[in-house]
Amino acid sequence: MVSRIGRNGSSNGHRRSLLNGSRYSAFSLVKHGLFADDWPRAWRSHDLRSSYDVIIIGGGVHGLATAYYLAENHGITNVAVLDKGYLGGGGSGRNTAILRSNYLTPEGVRFYDRSLELYRHLAADLNFNVMFSRRGHLTLAHNDASLRTMRWRAEVNKLSGIDSEVIDPAQIRELVPHLDTSDTTRYPILGALYHPPGGIIRHDAVVWGYARAADARGVHLHQKTEVTGIDVSAGRVTGVQTNRGPVSAPIVVNATAGWSTLISDMAGVRTPVQTFPLQAAVTEPVRPFLHAVVVSGTLHVYVSQTDRGELVFGASVDPFTSYSMRGSLEFVEGLASHVLELMPALSKMRLLRQWAGLCDMTPDYSPIMGRTPVEGFYLDVGWGTYGFKAGPVSGEAMAQAVATSATPEIIAAFGLDRFSDGALVGEKGAAAVGH
Amino acid sequence: MIQLPCPWCGPRNVAEFRYAGEVNPRPETATTTTQQWRDYLYLRRNERGWVDESWYHSAGCRRFFRIERHTESNETR
Repeated sequence: MVSRIGRNGSSNGHRRSLLNGSRYSAFSLVKHGLFADDWPRAWRSHDLRSSYDVIIIGGGVHGLATAYYLAENHGITNVAVLDKGYLGGGGSGRNTAILRSNYLTPEGVRFYDRSLELYRHLAADLNFNVMFSRRGHLTLAHNDASLRTMRWRAEVNKLSGIDSEVIDPAQIRELVPHLDTSDTTRYPILGALYHPPGGIIRHDAVVWGYARAADARGVHLHQKTEVTGIDVSAGRVTGVQTNRGPVSAPIVVNATAGWSTLISDMAGVRTPVQTFPLQAAVTEPVRPFLHAVVVSGTLHVYVSQTDRGELVFGASVDPFTSYSMRGSLEFVEGLASHVLELMPALSKMRLLRQWAGLCDMTPDYSPIMGRTPVEGFYLDVGWGTYGFKAGPVSGEAMAQAVATSATPEIIAAFGLDRFSDGALVGEKGAAAVGH
Repeated sequence: MIQLPCPWCGPRNVAEFRYAGEVNPRPETATTTTQQWRDYLYLRRNERGWVDESWYHSAGCRRFFRIERHTESNETR
């Protein structure tokens, strides 16, 4: 069912690594906390070399995971990750950190489930606490049409061996007592798709864990290094231009989100991507009361409670394209009214802050991965609203694609050529909150 | 909050409008190739800068109009 790519996964968290004596353990943390002055940096800075074997544009979870798996699974370490800002400053640090694999298409289900499996033992693989919390994921249905889609998804999921079932309002009440499951609301809750393996994770820790592990294996991480051009000659990529000078490389991977169109355009590759902002918000921390992730497509909202006690709210994408990451008052008003329809008891909660991230939406709500008409230029883009949960599997598959020059089977359906062949992977029913 | 200048109703809150996407001329159906048609269906420029767009004033005059909007600052002209 789930194809095993590379070596990763077999060790299942028992990998003993390496490297320069900086392994974290309970003992080393206590010792260091008591007796040392300062904590060493988790990764190093380097001068930019004039050439690398592989250049990865974008220092988020996708780019860093690709670099890590290139080094770990394929022994390719002459790799540079370039980011115009700081590591994890884009979508990787702006998402709502929800993990799940209950998608609608068999291709999607298999793909995201592999990611969930990698996430499950990521802390041990990277020797970094990523705070994965499996707590169950509920997608509410407020009308017959969504209940039908939930049933459909549950059956597709079960065929792939994924724990996923439609439950009724009484069962929902048991899992989340604070939800208003009465039939007097504007959109009464008719049922939900329940996915016990879903959960949340600390997204910054995932980025830092991959960065530290990639650095320890010899990968160069270059922050504040903006790519300003991509050199292509005779249909082959030969390197990139940056604000720190030119770098040559036979392979360049576009692992950016939000600005991916601008990078693809530099190589002359056109992609069916449109950039929409997505806004999210977080409340003051309160005692733990919400033990599952709750999503409502009809009300355009998802809610989870972090380990610190804050409630994290996310929404669907803004109604028009933009590269602006400013929040709007309309969003907060709409969000608050929707959250209160779900959980009236939250009416006295105060929002601490709101923010926006950029989402690269594709026509079929599936990513664009793999080769392009330009030899050596690879895409890992079009991550819409589902990029963070796919980080590990994308890194693993992109590393394999780059190292072996063959498209791994698990991403074969996500190629750029599907938009000229017409073989789209329609994932809207499970990927779009606004659906 | 951003405002859009509707040519019929004047400047109004963007919440009154429906975004109809960047202007994307439809190829001549009699002579177009499959590839051209699929490009028309799926590909957009998605530029960061001034973009020609169509909007629909759904909560107002209910007319379509074209406008140039800057996709980073959200200014219009």
